[in-house]
Amino acid sequence: MFLGRVIGCVWATAKNPSLEGLRFLLVQPVTPELKKTGKRLVCADSTGAGAGELVYWVRGREAGMPFLPKQVPADATIVGIVDEVQVKRPC
Amino acid sequence: MLIGRVIGEVVATHKHASHEGRKVLVVQPLNLDGSDRGDAVLALDAVDAGVGDRILLATDGWAASSATGRPQSPIDMAVIGFIDQIDVLPGVL
Repeated sequence: MFLGRVIGCVWATAKNPSLEGLRFLLVQPVTPELKKTGKRLVCADSTGAGAGELVYWVRGREAGMPFLPKQVPADATIVGIVDEVQVKRPC
Repeated sequence: MLIGRVIGEVVATHKHASHEGRKVLVVQPLNLDGSDRGDAVLALDAVDAGVGDRILLATDGWAASSATGRPQSPIDMAVIGFIDQIDVLPGVL
């Protein structure tokens, strides 16, 4: 799983029928210190996250699992809204 | 699987039901020399690990969701063991 910040929304009117009803959000991956890292991507949403929120997302085959029994061909899905990240790196 | 160190924890009230009751740990993957290997990731806890522990990190969905006892769940990384010691052949590092 990875931390990310929701930075926008993606609308796709014509899409695979199995993706109907899904929200797609633009996500900027961030470090635990909340610095930007890596490239932005599109995630399906299973939590109702909104713009600007800190979230965490899964990638790969497991990204379709939140929508079971519906078989959804998503490869990145937001699965949690983060309230707080507590980090203590060794000195 | 990767070697990593637990460096924190994420608090998330609203998350997928399969993540309830397990810690969401912040894990920094490590190289053999102990340096950071890329960015930190989030992993579900399957062994009751805590901050500072050096651990084994499963980075595949099937491995991670089986280890946490929650198959068919959106889990792609899990902490699945504690590392006591790593022996490396001389000259490798």
